[in-house]
Amino acid sequence: MLLSTKSILGTKELTKQDIQQILDTAESFKEISTRAIKKVPTLRGKTIINLFFEPSTRTRTSFEIAGKRLSADVINISGSTSSTVKGENLIDTARNLEAMNPDILVVRHHCSGAPALLSQFVNSPIINAGDGTHEHPSQALLDLLTIRSHRGDLEGLKVAIVGDINHSRVARSNIKAMQTMGMKVRVVGPPPLIPVGLERLGVEVSHNLSEAIKDVDVVMVLRIQLERQNQGLLSSLREYSNYFCLTSETLAKARDDILIIHPGPVNRGIEIALDVMEGPRSLILNQVTNGVAIRMALFYLLLGENNANPN
Amino acid sequence: MSSTLLNTKDISRAVSRISHEILERNRGAGNIALVGIRTRGVVLSQRLKEQIEEIEDVTVDHGVLDITLYRDDLAAGIQKPELKKTDISFALEDKHIILCDDVLFTGRTIRAAIDALMDFGRPSSVQLAVLIDRGHRELPIRPDYVGKNIPTAKSKRVQVLFNEEDGEDKVIIQEQSN
Repeated sequence: MLLSTKSILGTKELTKQDIQQILDTAESFKEISTRAIKKVPTLRGKTIINLFFEPSTRTRTSFEIAGKRLSADVINISGSTSSTVKGENLIDTARNLEAMNPDILVVRHHCSGAPALLSQFVNSPIINAGDGTHEHPSQALLDLLTIRSHRGDLEGLKVAIVGDINHSRVARSNIKAMQTMGMKVRVVGPPPLIPVGLERLGVEVSHNLSEAIKDVDVVMVLRIQLERQNQGLLSSLREYSNYFCLTSETLAKARDDILIIHPGPVNRGIEIALDVMEGPRSLILNQVTNGVAIRMALFYLLLGENNANPN
Repeated sequence: MSSTLLNTKDISRAVSRISHEILERNRGAGNIALVGIRTRGVVLSQRLKEQIEEIEDVTVDHGVLDITLYRDDLAAGIQKPELKKTDISFALEDKHIILCDDVLFTGRTIRAAIDALMDFGRPSSVQLAVLIDRGHRELPIRPDYVGKNIPTAKSKRVQVLFNEEDGEDKVIIQEQSN
C-alpha cells in the first residue's frame, strides 16, 4: 500500500485509488482524536517542518496537531520570522532546512507552484498546504471525507461550488478531486469570478444561486477573499451578497438533506448567512475535525514507508 | 506444501476449553472483557465471547484493537498493512482484559497491543489467550490460555483460517514460499 506520488502537490496528481486510500486511512485515524490520550507512537523520531509564508490558523494548527498525535516532532516556521526577511530566497531556505534532515516539509506560499519548485530541489516529501491560486489538496481531501462520512459513497453526487472560483485554490483542488471520484461539479458566481473556459473541464457554470443549488447533494461556499477585492471584479460586497449569499431563503428550494461546507475562514453575512452557518445542515466544524484525520493520514502514508527511492 | 494441524472440531474444542479456563481463573465473567487483535484475533475473541455468554448467561464487553500504529517495524520500510479502526467503547478500569490473538510467535504483536491498551486506560490485569503458541519468542511474553502448543521451525509459517474470514476453520503449517 503506497501512494502513487512521493509528495502531495495537488489533487491533480492523485489517482482514484490514492484518494480512496487516504480517505480510508483518515477514517481510521478519526478515533484517535476521541481518546483520552490522543497520541500514538507511529511516527516517533520523525521530524515535520511546517513552512508557512502566508497567514493561517486552521491549516497550520491542523498539520501541527496531526503530526503531534502521531508522535512526530513538529517545527513551525512562518515567513515573517524566517530569514526570508533578510533576503534569503525560497530555494536556499528549503535547502538549509533540508540540511537538518527533516522527514517531511509542509509548505504554504502565496506564489502558485512554490511547493512544486521546492520539490525539485529537496529530497524530502512535500505537502502543499496551499499555493497561491493553484491548489490546496489537503483541504479538498478533508471536504471529500466530510461528504463521504455523511453520504457513504461519493460516486454520482452533485456539488455546487459558490463564490470566487477564479482565485480559489480550494475550488481548483476540489474540482479535480471530485471529478476523479466520479462526482458532478457545478460552479456558481458572478461572471468576473468564474474562469473562462471552465466548461471544457466538464464543469457546469451557473450565475444563479437558487437555481444552481436546487438539485445538488452538497453546496460548498467559498470565502470572498477581501484582500483580492480591490481589483474591480465586484462592484461592491453588498451587491455580491444580494445575489450569492447562501441564506435560508435560497436554501428553501434546495433538497432537505443538502450538506453545507465552507473551507473557512468565514465572512459572516457576506457569502453565508449567520443562521445557515450555524444551522443543522452546516458541516463547517466537522470539516475542521476531519482535517486533522486527513493530515494524519497524509503523514502516515508518506512517512514510515520506504520513500528513499520513489518511482 | 502444507499440512493441517487442527481441524474444525479441534478448534471448537480448544475454544470451549479456553472459555472455561478464563471463567475458572477469573471466578466468573463479572469483571472480564475480551479484546481481539485484528484480524483473526477478533474472530477468536468473538467466539470466546459467545461461549462465555452462553455458559454464564451474561453479557461480556468486547473490543477490537488495530495495532498497526504501535508496530516496531513501521519505519523499516516494510509494506504497511491497511490501517483499520480500533474500537474499545468501554472503560478498562477495574477490568480483567483477555487479549486474544490467533498465533503467538515473536511476541512483538502482543507488546504493541499492550502498549495500545494502556493508552485507553488502566485495566486490573491483562491476560493473553491464543489459539496457537508456536514458540520463538523475542520478548519476555507468555500466554495465559493456549489452544495448542506447536513446536515449529522458524522458517515455517503457521496459518489460522477462520470461517468468518476465510470460509473454513483450520490451522495449517507451510514452508515459507519465498
